[in-house]
Amino acid sequence: MNKPMRRVAVFCGLLILALLVRVNWVQFVQADDLQNHEDNRRVTIERYAHPRGDIIVDGEPITGSVETEGSDFAYKRTWTDGEMWAPVTGYASQVYGTTFLEGVYDSILTGDDDRLFFNRTIDMLTGEDQRGGNVVTTLDAEAQRAAFEGLGDNKGAVVALDPRTGEILALVSTPSYDPSTFAGGSGDDSDAWDALQPENNPDDPMLNRALRETYPPGSTFKIVTAAAALENGLVDDVNENLDYPDPYILPDTNDVELPNQIAGVCEDASIREAIRWSCNSVFAGLSNDLGNETMIEAAEQYGYNEELFVPVRATASSYPEDNRPQNAQAGIGQASNRATPLQMAMVAAAVANDGSLMQPYMVDQLVAPNLNVVEQHEPDEMSRPMSADTAQQLQDAMEYMVEESSIDTSSVEGATIGGKTGTAQHGENNEELPYAWFISYAMTDEGSPVAVAVVVEDGSDERDQISGSGLAAPIAIDVIEAVLEGENAG
Amino acid sequence: MSQTSNTTVSTGGLPSRRNTELAMLVFAVLIPVLAYANVGLAKEETLPAGMLGYGLGLGLLAGVAHLVVRRYAPYADPLMLPIATLLNGLGLVLIWRLDQEPGITTDSLGGPMAPDQLIWSTVGVALFLAVLIFLKDHRILQRYTYISMVVALILLASPIIVGEEINGARIWISIPGVGSLQPGEFAKIIIAVFFAGYLMVKRDALALASRRVMGVYLPRGRDMGPILVIWAISLMILVFETDLGTSLLFFGIFVVMLYVATERTSWIIFGLLLSASGAVFVANTNSHVGLRVHNWLNPLENDPPGSGQVTETAQAMFAFGSGGLFGSGLGQGYSRLIGGIATKSDYILATVGEELGLTGLMAVILLYALLIERGMRTALAARDPFGKLLAVGLSGIFAIQVFVVAGGVTGLIPLTGMTMPFLAQGGSSVIANWALVALLLRISDTARRPAPAPAPSLDAEQTQVVRTT
Repeated sequence: MNKPMRRVAVFCGLLILALLVRVNWVQFVQADDLQNHEDNRRVTIERYAHPRGDIIVDGEPITGSVETEGSDFAYKRTWTDGEMWAPVTGYASQVYGTTFLEGVYDSILTGDDDRLFFNRTIDMLTGEDQRGGNVVTTLDAEAQRAAFEGLGDNKGAVVALDPRTGEILALVSTPSYDPSTFAGGSGDDSDAWDALQPENNPDDPMLNRALRETYPPGSTFKIVTAAAALENGLVDDVNENLDYPDPYILPDTNDVELPNQIAGVCEDASIREAIRWSCNSVFAGLSNDLGNETMIEAAEQYGYNEELFVPVRATASSYPEDNRPQNAQAGIGQASNRATPLQMAMVAAAVANDGSLMQPYMVDQLVAPNLNVVEQHEPDEMSRPMSADTAQQLQDAMEYMVEESSIDTSSVEGATIGGKTGTAQHGENNEELPYAWFISYAMTDEGSPVAVAVVVEDGSDERDQISGSGLAAPIAIDVIEAVLEGENAG
Repeated sequence: MSQTSNTTVSTGGLPSRRNTELAMLVFAVLIPVLAYANVGLAKEETLPAGMLGYGLGLGLLAGVAHLVVRRYAPYADPLMLPIATLLNGLGLVLIWRLDQEPGITTDSLGGPMAPDQLIWSTVGVALFLAVLIFLKDHRILQRYTYISMVVALILLASPIIVGEEINGARIWISIPGVGSLQPGEFAKIIIAVFFAGYLMVKRDALALASRRVMGVYLPRGRDMGPILVIWAISLMILVFETDLGTSLLFFGIFVVMLYVATERTSWIIFGLLLSASGAVFVANTNSHVGLRVHNWLNPLENDPPGSGQVTETAQAMFAFGSGGLFGSGLGQGYSRLIGGIATKSDYILATVGEELGLTGLMAVILLYALLIERGMRTALAARDPFGKLLAVGLSGIFAIQVFVVAGGVTGLIPLTGMTMPFLAQGGSSVIANWALVALLLRISDTARRPAPAPAPSLDAEQTQVVRTT
C-alpha cells in the first residue's frame, strides 16, 4: 500500500505547489494591476486618506480639503470659486475620479509620486502623515475673473496666453459647474453629478469649451491664411493690392458665389484692408491659390491636427485634406476647419510674439510638501509659423482693424490692441446662430504680455445682433485690461 | 505491504518527542498573541484589552491538549498539535480583527464572531481530548464500518430535508439553541472511517478481479457498484445542496482511498472521468454552479457587466493583489470590502493575503502542507491496513479541502462553499478538524509506539500442535 500512498503524497504536494504558484502569480505578478485596478476601492481610499495638495494661483490655493465623517474616505476636496476654476482644476471626486489638473497631477497631489519618495520616507520616519505636493499654475486670478464674469450667462470660452512665454493666464468655459457639489460620496453628490450630465443638462456644463470643444474659427482664421500667403511669397506686403473679385466664385463649382459681409470694399483689396473689412473673397482666393497642402502645413505650424498637452489634453483642431471649394472656405475658417479657443489664442500669440509661438502651458511648478521644487517648467518655443517681418506687418493690420472698428479700447492704457473678429456660421445650411469670435493681443513697449481668444456661442437670439466685435471683443478687452493692471502692479 | 526505510517505521525505542511538541506549542501560542497585539496597535494604537485573557485561554487549551497527548498518546506526531493550535489561534485573531470593522459586524450579519469562535475552538479541543482519551486504539473504529456509512449518509442528506439555504448553498441545519451546523464537516471524517473499513475488506476483490480493456484494468461491474453509488451521492449533494466543494471532496477522497487500497491506476482514470463528466453536467445545468464558473473565468468583471458593481470574487482578488509581497500589516488592510458574512469564513485567506502579504500567505499554506505531510507520514508509518487507509483518507480530505478552498479564493479553480480548516469562522468546521487531527494523532501514536516485548510465541507452538494432530 505504500507505493500508491507515496504517489498520493506527491499528488498532495503538487496541489500545494499549484497553490503556491497561484498565490505568487496573483500577489506578485498581477499585484500591480490589481492594486491599481479602476474597481479597486483601495485606490480611492488611499487617495483621500490624507489632505490633498493644493492647486495654486497667484500664490493662493484655489483648492482645499475637509475632513469627512462616516465614510471610507477621510478627506474631501473643496474649491474656492469652483465654477470659475473648474475648467482649470477639473474635479477630484471620491466616486467619479479625477480630471484635468486634479487628474494629471493626481500622484503629486496625493503625495504618491515617485519624485516625492524622499518626502514620504522622511514623513514616515518622523511619524507624520503622508502629505501631498502642490501644483503652482501660471494662471492670473484677475484675468480669469474678468473672463468668467465677461462671459456671464453666455455659453462660450476664453483663453488668454502670455505670448512671450506661452503661460496660460485665463482658461474659462461657461456654463461651468462647481466640482464641490459632487466631491463626496453622498446621495446629494450623485444627484448633483447626474444633473450635470449632458443627457440631463443640454448645456453640458462639464464640457471644457476652451480645450475640448472645436468650433469653426470663422474670420479669425484669416490671420493664418494671411501669414501663409506672406510667408510663401504669394503676397509680398500687406499693403499690396490683390486682384480677387468680389464676390468670389468658388473654384470647381457651378458659379457658387462666396459673398462678403460688406459690399464694395473687397474688390482687389490688400491684406491689410481685407483684414479690416474681413473680406471672404480675398482670403478664400489666397487659400485657393496656396492650395490645400500648403494651407495644412501652415495650420499645423500653429498646432493644428494634433492634440496639445498643456499639460491637460486639448482636443486637436483640424484642417483636413479637402477639395478646392472646401479648401477655399476652410481658408476663411469655415467648412471643415475647426479650432479650439486655445488654438486661436495661440494664433494671436504667434503674431504678437513676432512670429515665435511658445508652447502653451499652465503649470509653472510642482512643489513638494516641504516646498522644494520638484519640477519647474521652462518656456519653450513650439514653432515659428512666420518671420518677424510678417508678424509685424500682420500686427499693423490687426491694430488697424481694431482702431477702425467699433470696439471700445479706451479702458486699456499703455498698450495698443490688435485683433481680428469672426462670426462663424455653422449648422446645416448655416441655419444655426453663428458663433461670435474675437482674437486679440495687447502690445506694449516691452512686447506683448497677453493674447486672448474669446468665443461666444449664443450671445443673442437675433442673428443680426451677433458679431465678434459686439459680443466677444468687450470680454477680451476686459481680460487684457486685467492682465495689464497686474503687469503694472507687479 | 513493502517494508521501507522510513525513519518513523521502526520498532526501536523512539524518542517520544513530547518536549519538541511543547517547545513548538509555545511558539504556536505566542505568535497569535503577538498578532493580536499587532492588530490592537494598528487599529487603536493600544494593546487590546482582552489580550491577556485571550493569550491565557489559548495557552490553557494548548497546555491541556499537550498534557493529554503526553499521557494518552505519548508517541504521537509532535508537529500536528502545534500546527493546529497555531492555525486555530491565527484564525481567531483574523476573525477578531475583522470584527473590528463595523461594516461587516452588523447585527444582521451576526455581530462579532470571535467570542463564539473561541467557544467552538474550546469545544473542538474538548472533542480532540475526548477522542484521545476514550479511543485507545483506532482499530476499534473498524467495527463500526457500516454504521459509519449510515451515519454519514444521514448527515449528508439531512440539509436536504431539514436544512436552510444560505448564500445559495444548502449545507446547514439549524439546531434550536445551538445554532447552525454544517453536517458535511462531520460526515467527511465518518465517511473516511467507512471507506477505510470497507476497502480494507474489499481491496483484493477490487484489485484482482478486473478485465483488461485497451491496456487499462477495468473493475468488474459488481465492484463498480459502490463507486457508482458514491458518485451518484456526491452528484446528489451537488444538485440538491448546490455544494460543489463537499461533493468534490467525497468523490476525490473515495478515488484516492480506492487507489491506495487496490494500487490500480485504472481507478484514478475512472474516477477522474466520472467526476469530470459530473462537474461539466452540473456546471451546465445548475445556475448557482454555472455562476461560480463564470466568475472564475471572469474574476474582475462587474455584475451585471459594466455596472460598476464589484463582485466578491473581484474584491477578493483586489485584496490579494493589494497585499503584494509583504502585506499591509495586520489591521491595516481593506479586506472588509469583500463584504458580508463570507469575509470571515470562505474568504478569510484574502485577509491573510492582504494583511500578511504573499510571504504570510505562503507561510500559512506551508503550515497546511506540513500538517498534510505529517498525516501522510503517519499513513506510511502505520502498521495496519485500516490505520493506513484511515490516515491517508483523513490527510487526503485535509489536502483536498485546503486546495479547493485556497484554490477557489485565489481564482485557481471555481469557488466552492467550503471553509479553510481551523482558520475560517465556523463552529462545525473547527470542531470537526480538531477531531480529525485527534484521529491522526491516535494513528501516529500507535504507529510509533515501540512494539511490545516479544512474548513467548505460543501461537507458533499451537499451530505446530494442530499440524501434528
